[in-house]
Amino acid sequence: MQWQLIMVAQQLINGLALGSVYALIALGYTMVYGIIKLINFAHGDIYMLGAYFGFYAITRFHLPLLPAILVSMALAAILGVTIEKIAYRPLRNSPRITALITAIGVSLFLESAAQFVFGANFRPFPQVIPFSRIQLGPLFMTNRQLIMLGASLALMVILQFIVMYTKIGKAMRAVAMDKDAARLMGINVDRVISFTFAVGSSLAAAGGILVGMYYNRIDPYMGIMPGLKAFVAAVLGGIGVIPGAMLGGFLMGAAENMVVAFGRSTLRDAVAFAILILVLLLKPSGLMGKETAEKA
Amino acid sequence: MPDARTDNLKWTIVVILAAMTPYALISFLAIQDWMLPYYLQILGLCCINITLVVSLNLINGFTGQFSIGHAGFMAIGAYLAAALTKYYHMPFLISTLSGGLVAAFIGILIGLPTLRLRGDYLAIATLGFGEIIRVVILNTPSVGGPTGFAGIPKLTSFGHAYLLVVLTVLVVRNLVNSDHGRACVAIREDELASETLGINTTYYKVCVFAIGAMFAGMAGSLLAHYMQFIAPTPSQIGFLKSIDLLIMLVLGGLGSITGSVIAATFLTILPEALRQFAQYRMLVYPVLLIAIMLFRPSGLMGGRELSIDFLKSLFYGKRAGREGEVA
Repeated sequence: MQWQLIMVAQQLINGLALGSVYALIALGYTMVYGIIKLINFAHGDIYMLGAYFGFYAITRFHLPLLPAILVSMALAAILGVTIEKIAYRPLRNSPRITALITAIGVSLFLESAAQFVFGANFRPFPQVIPFSRIQLGPLFMTNRQLIMLGASLALMVILQFIVMYTKIGKAMRAVAMDKDAARLMGINVDRVISFTFAVGSSLAAAGGILVGMYYNRIDPYMGIMPGLKAFVAAVLGGIGVIPGAMLGGFLMGAAENMVVAFGRSTLRDAVAFAILILVLLLKPSGLMGKETAEKA
Repeated sequence: MPDARTDNLKWTIVVILAAMTPYALISFLAIQDWMLPYYLQILGLCCINITLVVSLNLINGFTGQFSIGHAGFMAIGAYLAAALTKYYHMPFLISTLSGGLVAAFIGILIGLPTLRLRGDYLAIATLGFGEIIRVVILNTPSVGGPTGFAGIPKLTSFGHAYLLVVLTVLVVRNLVNSDHGRACVAIREDELASETLGINTTYYKVCVFAIGAMFAGMAGSLLAHYMQFIAPTPSQIGFLKSIDLLIMLVLGGLGSITGSVIAATFLTILPEALRQFAQYRMLVYPVLLIAIMLFRPSGLMGGRELSIDFLKSLFYGKRAGREGEVA
């Protein structure tokens, strides 16, 4: 019995580290949805490209880890803004289904382009941080998990600061609340939306590098599953609510690891979908979401 | 006073007669050995894809419910029918029908709780269910599990595929041009108003979901017995296949059966014709999808069917195609 408790606790710790990355990706989903009501299917692929940017930064340009992460975040931000400008902005006033299909198209395109340019094989991620374990009583944590957790938390704190205490953050919240009123107040809505995409994409890229480092490999399709799971996390926490995305991310990480702990690791992907469907049926606004009246 | 029922009956007879001609032609060519079995198989796949896309069009195009898990229903029909014919030696027709009916049943089970979600959420939920179906199949060793289901007897002929596609097009077309179809279109246009006017939106949404699932299941069964092998991968029965169908649907135009027929045929033949460029396929397809969405979201046929009006409008511009329309 005690052995099982320890295993559960250990999996919870693993889940915490994994969940922090889901939270990073989920933040991007939730911010974009909050601001233009679009589920950016391509977000998971920006996470994947972030991992590749970091990979090349480290292997080709021999950057240390932190500058590599920063460079990758910057590149992903540029990519996110470009995608928004080409594919999503023209459809800002189109039916949502059109934008959703376009997002699916962008996602597929990024995956195929990545496979084309980088090859479909798994690439081992360079080991810039030597592996070490930290013992906490009967449980242990690897230093990589700590880095993942620490970096994610740091980024989330920075994001919270930006959103709550800066002018651009206020503008983001205003546009999310009421786009037209914000425009009437003199806010440049296009620029705010671009900024939102930039921030969301850079967070996803950071997550990509952290995960690449953790699992020691990257491939062009690594973004699909985490992207979907992070989306579920965003919905679980309440889509459009930033703290909700963080909560949802950690919960998803914990849930997934619990499923693996209890032996059914082949169903780990299905768990995410099961959670999604449960949430959508029982509390569609999510754990921390606002109940909005169903508008026609 | 033209009665809608006799109109539909006339159309049904016309379509059945019209459908015999291509079938006769193709059969003639096949018998005369002027058509290689390879080409015949592609035509058979065209028919199966048309069935799938038209059934999807009923849900997405005519009723406006954004379902992107359609491949899941196809998978249910395919696996069930294959298991029935291979292990229980049931006749092909019974297996196919069973596949379709079970798929329809699962469609009802899935549809009842999820069809009350709107747009984006419904899409994700259906995507999720499609993947759950695939993962469940993946974890079922009796149907081959991850290595796939092999050794399915080849029971589908071009005739079977053709018969199914004619049946599907007839059913969907007649359904759409009836009171039920008008209710579905009303739901698509404005669900709240429809509900207010007394249309039981849940009933219709679940119904079209089930009907679409049934045809998808039957098409899946035909596909399984054509290719003799199915594997639970995303590109065969998972979200990639659902997106393939979605691309065909969107290219042809949501809400247009002729559009679906044209687009499904085109996008089944094109990858085969350009097989040497297969590596670029997944680059071109998404770009095509994005381009359609950006420049012509209503698709090739613009949501309209092939008719005298449509052909007139092509030649003389929009004005001439609309008879009796005020300015």
